[in-house]
Amino acid sequence: MQDDPRIEPLLRVENLSKRYASPVLREINLEIMPGEVHALMGANGAGKSTLARILCGLTIPDGGRLFRSGKSFAPQNKRDAQTAGVIMVMQELNLLSTLSVAENIFLDRLPQRAGFICQQQLTRMAVEALQRVGLSDLLPSTIVGTLGMGVRQLLEIAAALARRCQVLILDEPTAALTQREVDLLFSNIRRLQADGVGILYISHRMDEIRSIASRVSVLRDGACVAQYPTGDVNPNQFIRDMSGGESTFVLPRVKKNKFRSTVLTVEKLCVGVRIREVSFSLRSGEILGLAGLVGSGRTLTLRALFGAVRATSGSVTVGEGASGLFTHPSQAVAAGMGMVPEDRRHDALLLSQSVRVNATLSTLPIHSKRGWLNVHSERHSTNRLCDRLKIACKTPEQTVDELSGGNQQKVSLGRWLERSCEVLLCDEPTRGVDAASKASIHNLLRNVAAEGTGVLVVSSELSELFSLCDRILVMSNGRMTGEFTADNWSEEVIHAAAFKGLSTAHRESVT
Amino acid sequence: MKILKDHGDTVGILAVWILLVLLFGVLSDHFLSANTLTTLAGRIPALTVIAAGMTLVLIVGGIDLSVGSVLGLSSAVLGLLMVDWKVPLVISAPIAIVVGMLAGTVNGLFTVGLRIPSFLVTLGMLEICRGAAYLVTRSQTKYIGASVEPLASMLPGTTFPISFFLSVGVVVGLQVLLEKTILGRHIVAIGTNEHAVRLAGIDPRPAKILVFLVCGTCAGVGSLFHCARLGSADPNAGSGMELAAIAAVVIGGTSLLGGRGSVIKTFIGVLIVATLEAGLAQIGASEPLKRVVTGAVIIAAVSVDVFRRRCIGENV
Repeated sequence: MQDDPRIEPLLRVENLSKRYASPVLREINLEIMPGEVHALMGANGAGKSTLARILCGLTIPDGGRLFRSGKSFAPQNKRDAQTAGVIMVMQELNLLSTLSVAENIFLDRLPQRAGFICQQQLTRMAVEALQRVGLSDLLPSTIVGTLGMGVRQLLEIAAALARRCQVLILDEPTAALTQREVDLLFSNIRRLQADGVGILYISHRMDEIRSIASRVSVLRDGACVAQYPTGDVNPNQFIRDMSGGESTFVLPRVKKNKFRSTVLTVEKLCVGVRIREVSFSLRSGEILGLAGLVGSGRTLTLRALFGAVRATSGSVTVGEGASGLFTHPSQAVAAGMGMVPEDRRHDALLLSQSVRVNATLSTLPIHSKRGWLNVHSERHSTNRLCDRLKIACKTPEQTVDELSGGNQQKVSLGRWLERSCEVLLCDEPTRGVDAASKASIHNLLRNVAAEGTGVLVVSSELSELFSLCDRILVMSNGRMTGEFTADNWSEEVIHAAAFKGLSTAHRESVT
Repeated sequence: MKILKDHGDTVGILAVWILLVLLFGVLSDHFLSANTLTTLAGRIPALTVIAAGMTLVLIVGGIDLSVGSVLGLSSAVLGLLMVDWKVPLVISAPIAIVVGMLAGTVNGLFTVGLRIPSFLVTLGMLEICRGAAYLVTRSQTKYIGASVEPLASMLPGTTFPISFFLSVGVVVGLQVLLEKTILGRHIVAIGTNEHAVRLAGIDPRPAKILVFLVCGTCAGVGSLFHCARLGSADPNAGSGMELAAIAAVVIGGTSLLGGRGSVIKTFIGVLIVATLEAGLAQIGASEPLKRVVTGAVIIAAVSVDVFRRRCIGENV
C-alpha cells in the first residue's frame, strides 16, 4: 500500500534536522500512510522523542520540511499540530488528577452556556469518547486520580481521538499497561487503522511492534539507519541496526587497576515490582557501569541502595559494615557512600547559595569544631576543589546558579571528594555537560577510583561507559539481564541485554 | 566599600529606618528626642524576640502563626504562678519559657513527623494556646505588680530597659547561630532545597524541629518582656503579634520561600514597624490610619526588595 504512488501520505518528513549542542536529528525521512502503523525504534538518545516533539509542535526543527497530506506543515505549537489533526499521547501523562474523566478529555473545549459548564452535554460527549476506546464501563464523572495508570493511558488516547485526529503519535504507550490493557489498546489501534488514521508507534518492545506495526524505522544517533516492513526482520536485525555495524570510537581504559576488597555488596534488592532481585558487587578501585533503557530501573536501584527510596527487601553491605537496608540517605553517607544525582538542579544543588556552601554541604563536620564552623577552612577547601576540578568560578562566594552546567556538575561531584567515600554512585554524571567538562569529569572519576573508591556509574551513553568502566551491568525492566567486561562487550550485546526483559513473558509476571 | 558590598542589604534597610526617623523628626517637633528612643526601646523587646525566632522558621521554609497565642499562654501561666500561687519570678519565669518551648516542640513534631504544612499545624496551635490562656486565667487579667517589673527597669547607667538589651542579645545570639554553626548552615540549606540536603546525606528533620522549638521558646521569653512592661498578665496578650512579627521579618528581607534571611535585618524591620507606630501616633494619626499606612509600608518594602533582587538577576 505504501508503495502506491497515487496515495498521498498523511504525514511526510523530509530531511528533518535538529541540533542542540550536537546534532540530535540528522536528515530524517519518513512517511506515514493512511491506515498505517509505523513503528519507531532506537536506543536511548537516538532522537525518537525529539522527532515526536517536532511532529506535534512542541519543538521547532532547524532544517527539513513536513507535509501533511501533501500540504506544507510547520507547526509552531501544540495547537497548530492539533488543528492539522496530528496528536501525540505523551509518555508522561498530561491528565489533571483532581478533575473528572469527562473534564480531562474536553478540558480545552468544555461545552458551556453563559460561562457555566453544560454537564449533560459534557457527559454525553464523554460517554461517546470512552466507548471509542472500549472504556464504556467507566463513569465520566470518575475522578482521574482514582484510576490506574493503564486506564489513564487509554483515557489520554480517548482525549486524542475525541479531536479530529488523523495522525496519532504514541510514545511508549504500553510501558505502564497490563497485558489485558495492551490487548484493548491494540484492538483500538486496529480499529483506528481501519478508519484510515496513521499511527507513529514509538516503542522498545519488539514483540509488540511485530504484532501491530507494518513498517519500522530504526534511529541511531539521530539518523534513520534502516526502514523495512516488520514481517521481514528478526530481533537480532533490530539490535544490529540500533548498535551500528561495529562499535566506533571506543577508548579503552588505559591502565587497569588492581582491584582490592569488595566495597559494596547488593543482594536481591527489590523495590515493589519495579526492581526485582537485583544483586551485584563492587570492588575497591573499580568503575562499574550500569546500562539499560530509560525506565529500566537504573536510577531507582541507585536511589534504593542509597536509602533515598525505601527498598522492599534485599540487603546492602558497604565495606566492612553490617548488611541491611538504608532507610535514609544520612545512614548511607555515614556508612561511606556518596551519590551524585541525575537532576543536579533539583536533587543536588542549593542554587541560590554559594559554591562554598554547596561544596562543603556534606563535609561540614570536617570544617568545624564542636558545631562551630570555620569559614576559612571551608574557603580553603573550596579553592582547592576549584583548582583540582578546574571549576570556573570567580570566587568561592559566587552562587552556583550563575555557573555553567558542567561547572555545576563538578560542584555536585566535588562535594563527595573530601570525604574519601568507599562507594560513589553517579547517575548520568555528564548529562547536559560540555565536552571539556565531560572529559575532566571522566578523569576525575578515574582518579577517585584509583584512590580506592568503588564507583558505580549509570549512563545512557554507551560510549561513555565503554571508555570509563571496568565492567558493565545491564538492567532491563527492573532486572539484571547482563554483565560484560571489556573482553566481551559491544553495543550489540548490551542492547540485546537491555531489551531482554521486555518480552511478553516478563510482563505476565508483573501483572 | 567592602562593607557596603558584603552588607549592602543591611545598610539599605538601615537607611530606610534612619530616613523614617528623620521624616517623623521633620513632621513632629517632639519626635527626635531621647525620650522617643526610650519609649521605642521599652516597647519592642517582645516583638523583637518573637520576630527573631520567626526569622529562623521562615528561613527553614516554614511559618509559625501561633507565636502571638503562645506568648498569651506563657503570660497567663506566669500570671497564674505569680499571682495565685505566689511563686517568685526566678522560678515562674523559666516555667513560662518552658511552656513556649513545649508549644514550639509540638509544632515542630507535627510539621516534621507527619509532614503537615506548618501553616496548618501552627494555625491549630494558635487556637489551642489562646483558648488555654483563657482557661488558665479564667479570662481575667492578672495584676502581677512590681515583682515582675525589674525586667522592664532601666539598665543602670542607660536610659534603656534591661529587656531591650536581653532581646538584642537574643537577636545577636540567633544571628551567630545562623552564620557560624553547622546547625545554622543546615537551616539555610534546608530552606533552599530540602530535597538536596537529604540526598547530601543530612537528615533535615532534627534541625527543622529545633527551629520550631526555638521559635516557641522565643515566644515564651517574649511573654516575660510583655508582662514586665505592663505589670500584668493578660490572656489577650500578643493577639495579632504573629502578623506584626512576620511583617518585621519580611521587611527585613527574609524570603517567605525560605533559604534566605538575617535576624539582624529582622531587628531593623522591627525598628521600622515600631517607629512607624510611634511616629504616626505622635503626628496625631488615628488608629485606623496607622494600620493603613503600616500595611502600605509592608507592601512597599517587599516590592522594593523583590525589584532590587530582580535587577541584580537573583531568583526571587
